[in-house]
Amino acid sequence: MLTVLLLLWPVAAALLLHFFKGRAARVPALGAALVEFALAAYAALTFNANNSGQFSFDLNWIPSAGIHFAVGMDGLSLLLVLLTAVLVPVILLSAFRRNFENESVFYALVLFMQTGLIGVFTAQDAFLFYFMWEVALIPIYFLAGVWGGVNRARVTFKFFLYTIIGSLFMLAGFVYLYFQTGPSADGLSAHNSALASFYALNLTADTQMWVFWLIFAAFAVKMPIFPFHTWQPDTYTEAPAPATMLLSGIMLKMGIYGCMRWLLPVVPMGVDYWQNLVLILAIIGIIYGAIIAIRQQDVKRLIAYSSLSHVGLMIAGVFSLTQMGLQGASIQMLAHGVNVVGMFFIADAIERRTGTRNIADLGGLTRKAPVLTVCFLVLLLGTVALPLTNGFVGEFLLLGGVYQFNHWMGAVAGVTIILGAVYLLRMFQRVMLGPDSSFTETFTDLTGSELALLVPLIVLVFWIGLFPNTFLHLSEGSVMNILNEVVKR
Amino acid sequence: MNSIILLSVLGLGNLFLGFRRSNRLLLPVMMLILGGVLTVNFLDWGSTQSFFNGMLTIDNFSVAFTGIVLLTALVLIPFSQKYVLDGEPNLAEYYSLLLFSLVGAIMLVSYNHLLMLFLGIEILSVAMYVLAGSDKRNLRSNEAALKYFLMGAFFTGILLFGVALVYGATGTFELSKISFAVQNPAPGFETLHPMLYIGMLLMFIGMGFKVSAAPFHFWTPDVYEGTPTFFTAFMSTIVKTAGFAAFLKLLVQAFPAANAQGIWLPTLTAMCVLTLLIGNVGAVAQTSAKRMLAYSSVSHAGYLLIALVAFNGQLEGASANGILFYSLAYSVATVAAFGVLKLVADARQREDYDGLNGLAKTNPLLAFSLTVAMLSLAGIPLTGGFFGKFFVFSAAVENGYIGLVVFAVVMSMVSIYYYLRPIIAMYMRDTDATTAEAVPVTTFQAGALLLLAALTVLLGVLPGLVAGAL
Repeated sequence: MLTVLLLLWPVAAALLLHFFKGRAARVPALGAALVEFALAAYAALTFNANNSGQFSFDLNWIPSAGIHFAVGMDGLSLLLVLLTAVLVPVILLSAFRRNFENESVFYALVLFMQTGLIGVFTAQDAFLFYFMWEVALIPIYFLAGVWGGVNRARVTFKFFLYTIIGSLFMLAGFVYLYFQTGPSADGLSAHNSALASFYALNLTADTQMWVFWLIFAAFAVKMPIFPFHTWQPDTYTEAPAPATMLLSGIMLKMGIYGCMRWLLPVVPMGVDYWQNLVLILAIIGIIYGAIIAIRQQDVKRLIAYSSLSHVGLMIAGVFSLTQMGLQGASIQMLAHGVNVVGMFFIADAIERRTGTRNIADLGGLTRKAPVLTVCFLVLLLGTVALPLTNGFVGEFLLLGGVYQFNHWMGAVAGVTIILGAVYLLRMFQRVMLGPDSSFTETFTDLTGSELALLVPLIVLVFWIGLFPNTFLHLSEGSVMNILNEVVKR
Repeated sequence: MNSIILLSVLGLGNLFLGFRRSNRLLLPVMMLILGGVLTVNFLDWGSTQSFFNGMLTIDNFSVAFTGIVLLTALVLIPFSQKYVLDGEPNLAEYYSLLLFSLVGAIMLVSYNHLLMLFLGIEILSVAMYVLAGSDKRNLRSNEAALKYFLMGAFFTGILLFGVALVYGATGTFELSKISFAVQNPAPGFETLHPMLYIGMLLMFIGMGFKVSAAPFHFWTPDVYEGTPTFFTAFMSTIVKTAGFAAFLKLLVQAFPAANAQGIWLPTLTAMCVLTLLIGNVGAVAQTSAKRMLAYSSVSHAGYLLIALVAFNGQLEGASANGILFYSLAYSVATVAAFGVLKLVADARQREDYDGLNGLAKTNPLLAFSLTVAMLSLAGIPLTGGFFGKFFVFSAAVENGYIGLVVFAVVMSMVSIYYYLRPIIAMYMRDTDATTAEAVPVTTFQAGALLLLAALTVLLGVLPGLVAGAL
């Protein structure tokens, strides 16, 4: 029931926001997101890490087709629900800094998207999963398209087409699998779409080989993995900062989570067959993203390519099919979410003050804004994966996983840390240090509310870095279950 | 049956309001009539009754489709309001013609006899020919009416010829007896008489024209464009819903036998592929939103044809339910789309995409409901259109038409391109001189648009309310 509450509350709040116009919607929107966070925190505190599915709810949604509204959380779902519940208030708060047209609609869309995201992370039925997958897409399309930069119409159109075509392939795959399942429990339908039925399917290796690509298409576009990533840098750059944070901080985790929950255990033989190819693509993505990031002049684009590079490592970890790799991906999803949202926020803060994102135009911010410098540095070091920060734990486990699968791949993937340090520190050096430019002469430090937004993120950077077990033990059971399903067949 | 009687009588009664020049009363009276008949219609749910020596049968199938037709008419009526305000002198006649055409539609969904099929199509079409030309001083409207009438009369002739040949081959007009005759050929005629095949195909051509399936769709864009938008909405929803229900009845009740299926199944499959291709590719090339909707209505005929192809020999089950759900979702979305388009076109005198620029700023409600409608027509989840496609496609997959479904899915990817264009225009483009002013919307219209958007989302969230009804 708690899961249903988590799903319904943001939608209800989004509808209620209609009664507030413009700026008056800020406080209620933030309040709603904080209530959602309290609910998620309550779920985390009462969660029993030794069991798998909890807070389950099952409603016969379309009886004639055996489709259920079945939701529930295991440790992995809980981690991502927590991530969503933590980041959405932060993202809302970051939006307060700008003056939008129709603010209340903007916040309502963010809350509406939260339902879609939590739905994706908790769905226990294939069609519900697909449904929520698209529910999360519609608000972000409008968020990026209506409030974005000058090229928004073209860029978001490409984004929408890419993702929807990917997910139609997934739908086709699910429909195929659906017709392979047995009758529903109540006998009203000849087939059913429960997660457990999909896990129990006995498909031949040949079938799994092509079903793999149907399902993987959606995840590959969403994450995105090289070469399906071409929508990503443009969209991240053109979208308004809060939408970029939603896209990079939470939405791309839908793809990684999808692989872990709906791909590996459903078509394990297909995964086995394509494992090398996906790993190679992931590693190409790591190197490619990093090299392009080095050349970037635009802060936002640089972070976008850095995100591409880091996601590559998570995909590689997942497809290494080792406990280390999957656990690393679980915790790195949290770490990356926290870091990338923080980095985009700082990029946005700088742009708001100076009117530019161009690295060459910036410089000397350290002297003007010491607080901002410290925050930026912490988040940056987290992204670079310095020990004691959150990025270190995740990347260490991920690289360990990939290394276990194949030494050479592990070695090449490890370059990500070096290259990451190169482009991020280079950016830091040129933006924060050096002489002032005409743009940065009147630069002011972070305000109290901006700091209030960054503090929880910085706490998380160290919390995950110093006590990773708080989070790792939550996902351990789920990861073992997933691996057992994979090994079983 | 009650609904037929009520509609005919009240339609006549309505004319008297016109004689008394009580035009202001017409709209509320029409809404009352349609609302009342809609309620009365559902009193027949769960029973099966025959009328006129079995020429008409009222059962759940016909009640469900009558419900869609009447509901569509009810939510569409508020958009006729421009005529009221303009003081059109012959207003009552138009409204009565609408009511009479509904009688034709109800006959189409409950016929049991080919004569009734023909009568239903004629009652529906003749009213439509007149309404297409109702904007008398507009050349385009005249052209549309003439084109629709000439083509329509021609294809009605073909349909009638087909009916005659089928009668010649089987000796009966009754659906069940035709089916019996097809399954039990007379001794010495183990292979069916060619006359039957030709008759069947001619009937399909006639029906294909009425539901604008390719290659008999060519009239659609021109007629839709010239006809006053209010009646275009009527054509593309009610005529299509009733036409497909009639088509399904014909296949299920008259030609379910394997030897007949061998002929019509490949024919329909070919029509279906062609319709999907022409509808979707044609819509991409349009610059006028109204013409785009015309091609889109052709493409939706293609998706509905998939449900006919995925035929299971009954007026219940996956195929019939698929058509029911799809027609409802399609009608709701199309009424909203044409409704918004009509209001915008009336105020701004243009029907291209650019005419919609910045609508989100001037009329958030219109922009929102057109967006919901477009997403539904494109089949994006959270809207009824998604589940419509889902049910139709899964019915087809269940019967093994995987190739056809793959093609349809690819075509619906294409459709996302043109359905997004109005959304982009409304939300992401700025207003210019011609589009800066807000479009006037009456309370009835705003209410209807909200209801339609709510219905679309309701169908998209709780499809179980309608799915599996038959």
